[in-house]
Order: sequence, then structure tokens, then C-alpha cells
Amino acid sequence: MTNSWTDIKNTDLVVIMGGNAAEAHPCGFKWVTEAKHHRGAKLIVVDPRFNRSASVSDYYAPIRPGSDIAFLMGVIRWCIENDKVQWDYVRNYTNVGYLVREDFGWQDGMFTGYDEEKRSYDQTSWEYELGEDGYVINDETLTHPRCVWQLLKKHVDVYTPEFVENLCGTPKDRFLKICEMIGETASPTKTMTSMYALGWTQHSKGAQNIRGMAMLQLLLGNIGVPGGGMNALRGHSNIQGLTDVGLMSNLIPGYLNMPRETEPDFATYMSTRANKPLRPNQMSYWQNYGKFMVSFMKALWGDKATAENGWGYDWLPKLDIAQYDAMRMFNMMKNGEVNIYFCQGFNPLLSFPNRGKMTEAFSKLKLLVVMDPLATETAAFWENHGIYNDVDTASIQTEVLELPTTCFAEDEGATVNSGRWLQWHWAGATPPGQAKTDVWIMAQIYHRIKALYETEGGKSPEPILNLSWDYADPEEPTAAELAKELNGRALTTLYDATDPTKVVLEAGKQVSGFGQLRDDGSTASACWIYAGCFTEDGNAMARRDNSDPSGMGVHLNWSFAWPANRRVLYNRASCDLDGKPWDPSRVLIEWNGEKWVGPDIPDIAVTAKPREVGPFIMNPEGTSRFFSRRLMRDGPFPTHMEPFESPVANPLNPNMRGNPVARVFPDDLANMATSDEFPLVATSYRLTEHFHYWTKHNYVNAVNQPEFFVEISEELAAEKGIVKGGRVRVWSKRGQVWAKAVVTKRIRPLICDGKPVHVVGIPIHWGFKGAARKGFGPNTLGPFVGDANIETPEFKAYLVNIEPASEGMA
Amino acid sequence: MNIDLSRRSFLRLSGAGVAATSLTAMGFSEAEAAEAAHVRDFKLATMTETRNICTYCSVACGIIMYSKGDLAAGEKAELIHIEGDADHPTNKGTLCPKGAALKDYVKAETRLTHPRIRRPGSDRFEEITWDEAFDKIARAVKDDRDANLIEKNAEGVQVNRLTTTGFLAASATTNETAWATWKVVRSLGLVGFDNQARV
Repeated sequence: MTNSWTDIKNTDLVVIMGGNAAEAHPCGFKWVTEAKHHRGAKLIVVDPRFNRSASVSDYYAPIRPGSDIAFLMGVIRWCIENDKVQWDYVRNYTNVGYLVREDFGWQDGMFTGYDEEKRSYDQTSWEYELGEDGYVINDETLTHPRCVWQLLKKHVDVYTPEFVENLCGTPKDRFLKICEMIGETASPTKTMTSMYALGWTQHSKGAQNIRGMAMLQLLLGNIGVPGGGMNALRGHSNIQGLTDVGLMSNLIPGYLNMPRETEPDFATYMSTRANKPLRPNQMSYWQNYGKFMVSFMKALWGDKATAENGWGYDWLPKLDIAQYDAMRMFNMMKNGEVNIYFCQGFNPLLSFPNRGKMTEAFSKLKLLVVMDPLATETAAFWENHGIYNDVDTASIQTEVLELPTTCFAEDEGATVNSGRWLQWHWAGATPPGQAKTDVWIMAQIYHRIKALYETEGGKSPEPILNLSWDYADPEEPTAAELAKELNGRALTTLYDATDPTKVVLEAGKQVSGFGQLRDDGSTASACWIYAGCFTEDGNAMARRDNSDPSGMGVHLNWSFAWPANRRVLYNRASCDLDGKPWDPSRVLIEWNGEKWVGPDIPDIAVTAKPREVGPFIMNPEGTSRFFSRRLMRDGPFPTHMEPFESPVANPLNPNMRGNPVARVFPDDLANMATSDEFPLVATSYRLTEHFHYWTKHNYVNAVNQPEFFVEISEELAAEKGIVKGGRVRVWSKRGQVWAKAVVTKRIRPLICDGKPVHVVGIPIHWGFKGAARKGFGPNTLGPFVGDANIETPEFKAYLVNIEPASEGMA
Repeated sequence: MNIDLSRRSFLRLSGAGVAATSLTAMGFSEAEAAEAAHVRDFKLATMTETRNICTYCSVACGIIMYSKGDLAAGEKAELIHIEGDADHPTNKGTLCPKGAALKDYVKAETRLTHPRIRRPGSDRFEEITWDEAFDKIARAVKDDRDANLIEKNAEGVQVNRLTTTGFLAASATTNETAWATWKVVRSLGLVGFDNQARV
């Protein structure tokens, strides 16, 4: 989230699209209720189902799964046509005036540079035109045919209300009413917030869905302002933290990148990360990349990292491809190319698409290690449970180790909420039986492998032997020790750069913020964005002062928010060019003539004068981007792409299937269906009563929602002869499930391209372990393809079929 | 009366207070002391309170856990009850149907309590010791790493890449667990490393 849960109360309009906060995030949704009640805010819900968020909304419109980009580009088109643009914001804080290279273009739903063989674009033309001074050329009149504004207008031109209705199945009058409601927030004193979740990410173009809304929010001047922003309602309690700390194939903590093998040494690695400003005076904060990276490597390798050895750069793994994401690993596993796999608190047998492929993959492992508080389906993938897990146990040669771990109630540390608050928690229960913390388990694994290298030698032992492991009890580092490492400290006494007699921080002291980090090896910090979380003043994450003097829901002394305890990102943009808040009744920060002051931490240097430094300090432009240059694989503007399995052809290009640059493995392509065989659109979702595959282990939740079901319209039920509560079989080209049929008015057929499209809703919560009845999840059916940029599986739109099934089945 | 009551002492007093007040109203003030002496304390008042954060979604509601026994004092602590933390700015004491049943997750019958192994082809898990489990893991990873680690690529660049062992990390663990995990996993050269954010 750019903003926080409590900030939602400041909004005038909530758009829930690509999520279902009332059911999946109930206690966060209360802030929508607050805004409605106290500010008279309105709630719009756009979703294939009339879900419980919709049931308390002011306005609802249905949409066909996988058509969100067309809807959003349609709203942008309408706003431009009707002059619902916050011009002062757009002109000054975005890249609308910048010129784009002459060879850039878009036609037939594709951008310039497509290579069909490689399934990727040559992105050379997706770039600004730079002047002789090295800065991007800006046309303040916005009239140059190659300025971003003109290109944007041209790009969205096709998305007329009629086009949207035909493609999305959203009735034109409903679409236009929503455009009008959204358009009102172009006023500098009105804001809109976007609340989205996996309904937008789980598509082969998920990142472009989100960009579409981010662009709309820029157009309306709603980014960086109270009650505005792009608010990703993240799934798990620490999915934000695990990503911050870089537990992804291509990441280093603090959103630094794992090196590629084309970067053979540290100097080469740094050479492409200078982040020189693209406009005069801009902060381009990533210019400090080297300070963060060197401090990270000092945290990782300790004294072993020196200037001479490039801070231990050689010991880091180097990628030969963009990433070994989980789906790639499972594909390799299925091909017999993976021997050992660890699942730490993760149940991939129920989480990744094409369950049959997942089972086949796990069956090819030599060793599967599962660390979990609960008995998971993944650990028991080899058990035969009839139709629920129909495997030949004896033929599966995988050895499985199942290790009992503690859960939240039994351990201590911080988790990061959607709003980037690092909140500390304490242990209050003795772990059951021999359950142990994950930290203890990882330490044991590390020490034993290290001991083997010490006694036997072996390949490249340096990274293992040189890993910094400086804890009072090396067998079980404490949460506080690890948190202090994440924050960082001075290794030698730091002196002021301009006045060398002045001590900034003494050796051994915790840094107070990332501004103190250096690239000369004198500081260590494992995760620069967390600097400030555990300083000489103590553990900021454990702070519990819930006061909110401004009444803006800022809560600056409650826990710690990254970065720098800032609660609303880009909050400089909440003020006009001269530093006056757009809305004097909602002030986060303002310029007092000398510096930035206010209830939030300014997202700009406190003495940076208005009109000099732009609000988007992480971008070399200092502005935010309608045209995203070469940063996304599938284009600098979002363009409509159908799901890989779709009931209709892409009207922009009938030959285009799915996202033309999404990675598809050959056997998975062969496993994709067309609508003549599988005419129904499936989409997955969560229920209020369950959390993923965990709560089915609880009797209370199992009683509340005991049994797997699928949800269909009365029209589809009538067509197929399915009765309420009857048993049905749902099948895709990859697998089949049996379920109870819930026949509702909440899903209605949509008319797309002149024909009815039926949607089958499939909740995600069942498996063959726990207290609830055995059942299936949608991952049995979903296609093995992910988003072109980040490989999130396309669970929200694919094709199935349905028929009544006999009651006697299992 | 001391108005600076702590939450716990307030709970402890309130049970006795309600009984005494009503007795007084009915003219039984003499009985107050005797009555208060045998009115049961509010059960939770004898528990240890621990602040925690709900483990489910990322609204991250504040919760108060009530345990019999004080873990911080080295005692065995049994979780008795969980409720929303009224002081928490986000949830202000409320919990959803998932959070309200959180205790049942901690105490689920399907919690794992012992390291177990399923041997190749077998149809059941068998208990093993932690030592045996770790020895197996260390041996297997060391052997796989020694056999399959790509130390240098064709150009002679040190790449330290191991693709034959992979790791999926949990998104309900703490940042601190995450960092310890990152260190161990990357020191081995693993690149097939992800968390739930990928799904």
C-alpha cells in the first residue's frame, strides 16, 4: 500500500476492483465504513461476482474476468474526453510532457519490437528522447505528437464505452456512471483510493492491471495524497516483509537485485545502477544504491567483505536468466532437474496451478523437506486419498522430512502489514511437542552443512564459511539480534562528510536511518529500507503509542513504517508546486517557508525547496510515469490482452493468445483449452470464514464453511440441469473436481461480443488434511502460466466445463 | 480509589465490585467483605497477557493472547484465549471470523509435534529425532551442492549457482526468520528461492 489501512478513512471514493476487502480483509474494510459514515464517501465495486463488498457498495458493475485493462483504459479515455484531469498535478508531477523516441509505436495490440520466436520485445524504442544536456526533452505545451500525453490519448482512443461494454460485459450505463463518479475526484480536494488484491495480480498481465489503475490515479491527482493511493491488500501476515527482505529468486533485501552472470564483478554490477537524474535538480534516490549494497554485503559477510574483494561479490549466486521463480522450479522438477526442495510454511501442492503437474514434480524429487506448524497436503502428497489425492503411493520414491515448527503465538519478531508497518509481537505459548522455531531449524541446517565443508572440503566453500553469524547463541539467534542486523550499525566511527571533526555515529552504534549508510565499508545494514526500525533508542517496531494528534490516521508512534517511518508514500505530491496542501482540510505535510513540516514524515528532503525537486524522488525523472519506458516486459502502456484461455478473441488482434510475452512451457501450452471445448470462465476467490488452507484445520471455521463448493448463476444451472446443493463435476483441460453447487443471483451471465459468457466461481480453501471435509482447490484446474513480469499464476481467468454428477461419488 | 488502574487489576476488581455494589443496594453492606472473598475472579485476570499480531491476512490486527503460565518468566504457558487488542489503531479490538477462531489454529489437532520421515515407497510417516533429520538434510544438500553447484560459467565468471535444490519460504514468519533464512539459503548458492508473494 502507498497509504495505510487507517488512512482510508480520509477518502471520498473507494474503488474495490481486483479484490474483495469486505470478505478477505474484514477488519481493514472497517476504514471504508468509517469513510462512508463520517465523510460521506462512496464505494464502487467492480467484480465478476456481486460479492459482500458489492453488497455494501453504493454502486456495482459486473466485469468479465481478465478484462480489467480495457475497463481502466476506458475510464482514462472518458476522463480525458470530459476533462476530468487534475491538471496542475498531471503537468508538474508526471511525465506527460516528455518526448518519446520516434520509432516507438503501437498497432494491432502490440508495441514496436516484438519477436515472436523469443516471445519478447526489443524495447529499444520504448524510451524518452534525450536532449544534448542528457536530460529528457519536455514539451510543456503537451502538443508535440510524440509527447507522452499525446501518445496516451492515442493509446486509449480505442477503449470507447461501447468497446468496454462489448469486451468486459459491463453494461454501458453502469460503466458511464462509474466514470462520472471517478471523474469527480479529479478535483484537488477530492480523493479516491484503489483497494485491490489477487483479483488483479493473478493474471498473465497482472502487473499491467495495476499500472492501469495507477495511471488513472495519477490523472486524477490521487497518488501521495491522504485517502488516495494504490493500496495492495496483501495476502499473508508477512508477505510484505518476506518480499522486503528479498526472499525471491531475483531479490536482495531492500529491493536490490541479485546479480546476473553478465555482471562479472562489483564494478560492472554498479555501472548500470548510477541512476543519473533525467531532469535537473532531481533527487533520484537510487543514486545511493551503492551505499545500500555495500552495507548489505557487510551485513552478510562481516569482516570478510573488503574493498579489495568487491565486498564479497564473488560469493553471491549469479543468475543466468531473469529468475528461477517457483513455477520454473516446479517445471524443472517435473523434468527431473531438481533433487531437493524445502517448503517452509508453504503448501505448494494446493497453491500452484495444474495440481497433476505438481504431484508429478514432487514425485521426481529425491528429498522434500517440509517445515510447518500444520500437517500440509504438500508433506503428504504421496498419500492416497481417493479422488482427493489419487496417487500410487508405492511408486513414489521421494523421501519426505516433515519438521514441526512454531507458529505466531510461540515466537517473537516483526511482521509487516499492507501499509508497511513493522509490528513486533511476543511469544505467549509453549510450542507443542518438539516444535521448534524456523530460526533454530535454519541455524542447525547451516551449522551441519558448514561442519561438513570444514571436515570434508568441497565445492566453493567460501560463501558458507564466510557467512557472518555473529550471535550470542549461534544455535538460535534471537529476534532482537536479527532485527538489529536488518537495521544496521556503524562498523567504524562515522564522521560528517563536510566537517570531519564532527562525529555522526560512534563505532558499534545502530544507525538511526538509511541516510547514515555508506559505500566504503564503514556501515552494515541487511535491509536498508528497514533502517530506523531498531536504533540506539530501542526497538521502534514495538512502540505502542496509538495517539493520532492530527486525526488523520497517521499514528507515527505506533510501530515503525518503512521507509523512515513514513506513512504515506510520495506525500510531497499532496501539496501543490509551492508546497501548499491541495486540500487544506487534509494535511499530511506542508512547506512552512523553511522546511517541510506536518503530521507525516515528508517524502522529500526536509529542506528541499518547492518548485525545485519533484515529488517522485525514487525516479530519475522526479515525476511519475504514464509511459513506463522499458520497465515492464509487456509494454510501456497497458494494452488489452485476453487470458490464455478465453471465451472471446482479442478484438485488437484476433491472432494474439494471452499475453504475447508471458513465458509458457511447451507442454503447458499443449494443455491449454479453447472455448469450443470449455465454454465457461472460471475464477477463484476466498471466503470470509477461511484463510487459505490453514483454517480448515480449525473446527470453528470448518463448521462455518464445511464443504467445497462452486458458485454458478441460475441461468447456467438451468442450462446444465444443475440443482441448488446438487453435486457437480467441474473439469478443465488439466484436471477435474467434484463439488456442491451453490446456485446464486450473485453471478450473472455477461454478454460479451454478442454472446453470453458464464462464470464459475471456485473458492480456494479445501484439501485432504485438517478438520473440514475433504475437498479440492481451484489449483487442480488452473493453467500453468504466470504474469509476464513476475510470474504470478493466472488463477483468475481460465476455461472449464461443468455437469451434474451423481451423489454417490466418493 | 486509585484511578490509575491497570487493565488487569481492573478486571480483577470488577468481578468483586459488581457483586458488592448490588448487595449494598439491597441493604446487605455488612456482607460485602465476606461476599467479595468468595466471588470468583474473572478467569482471564489470572492469565498472562501477551500482545501479538494476527497471523492470517495483512490487515495485521492486534491481538491479546491469554495464557496460563508466564513464558517470559520461564514457565510453561498454555494458550487459553485470544481477543482483539482494543488499543490497536487498525482493528481497535475487532476480529473477523478467522481471527476470532485463531486459538483453534494454535491448538489444532493437526499441529505437528515431532519430526517425521516418509521413506521412499512407504505409505506412512515414522518419527525420527531432530538429529537424524538434520544429518540427513546436511548430507543430502552437501552432496547435491558438491555434485551440481555451477562454480564458474563458460566465460570463467564465478557464478556459485545451485539450481538442483530449491527453497520456498513462508510469508507468516517474521522478518527476522526471513533474514536468517535468506543468509543460509543464499550462502548455499540457491537461486530457486521464493515466497508466497509469487502466488
